[in-house]
Amino acid sequence: MVYLTRKAEFSAAHYYHNPNFSTRKNRRIFGKCNNRNGHGHNYRLEVTVKGEVDPESGFVVDLKKLKELMNSEVIDALDHRHLNKEIPEFQNCIPTTENVAIAIWNRLQSKLRIAQLHRVRLYETPDLFVDFYGEA
Amino acid sequence: MRAHLTRRYWFSASHRLHCSTMSPKRNVQTYGKCNNIHGHGHDYFIEVTVVGPVNSETGMICNLADLDTFVNGTVIERFDHENLNMLPEFSEVVPTTENLCVEIFNILNGGFHHAAIEKVRIEETSQNSFEYTGE
Repeated sequence: MVYLTRKAEFSAAHYYHNPNFSTRKNRRIFGKCNNRNGHGHNYRLEVTVKGEVDPESGFVVDLKKLKELMNSEVIDALDHRHLNKEIPEFQNCIPTTENVAIAIWNRLQSKLRIAQLHRVRLYETPDLFVDFYGEA
Repeated sequence: MRAHLTRRYWFSASHRLHCSTMSPKRNVQTYGKCNNIHGHGHDYFIEVTVVGPVNSETGMICNLADLDTFVNGTVIERFDHENLNMLPEFSEVVPTTENLCVEIFNILNGGFHHAAIEKVRIEETSQNSFEYTGE
């Protein structure tokens, strides 16, 4: 089994707000992230797939196809977007780094046929990242 | 959904690797330049990983502000700009980064109650890093 990781970047806006919380509770839990005018990040994404090395090609995965899938399902959809206002997954779900990582996993997992998805690592800032392995 | 969140911190500290039960010659053989009697220092980068279910109301494993407050209060303020050899934690234990990693994991694992501490990873320099998961 060999693991291969491909990186990508996208920039997007978001804010944290739970409509079931009071104004004060939203502010207490989410702090500055609760600013309803939004703020943004340069997200760095690492997608790791795993598999056996194909004896003919020497590949775990055709990197060009993985890159195309990451671009079409994730980067093209999320880059320079407002996650709360424009992305269906976040109509009723707060776009925390945890939930964005899970959404990216789901987008890739549903379309990835050429290799097995192992991990989605999403950096929101250089000092904060989330790993999701598809665990229930 | 169970996810893993990692937050990165740093502090600067000095240390000297020296084992009092070894001869001077063996200390030099074992620790090399790190045995310099005057000590030396590093910028230690600390990665703290918590693991747990993502709370459906907040979208979070735990509140980052709680994690930051705890790590800053118990680890960063404790070790930043200190000589590790002078601290009681390392009076009987050589302050290698292995031992520092275990010490920090135990501080966090014993006191942080908002999420499970899965791993502490320390970069002593850009060339070497250490991980401890409580094994």
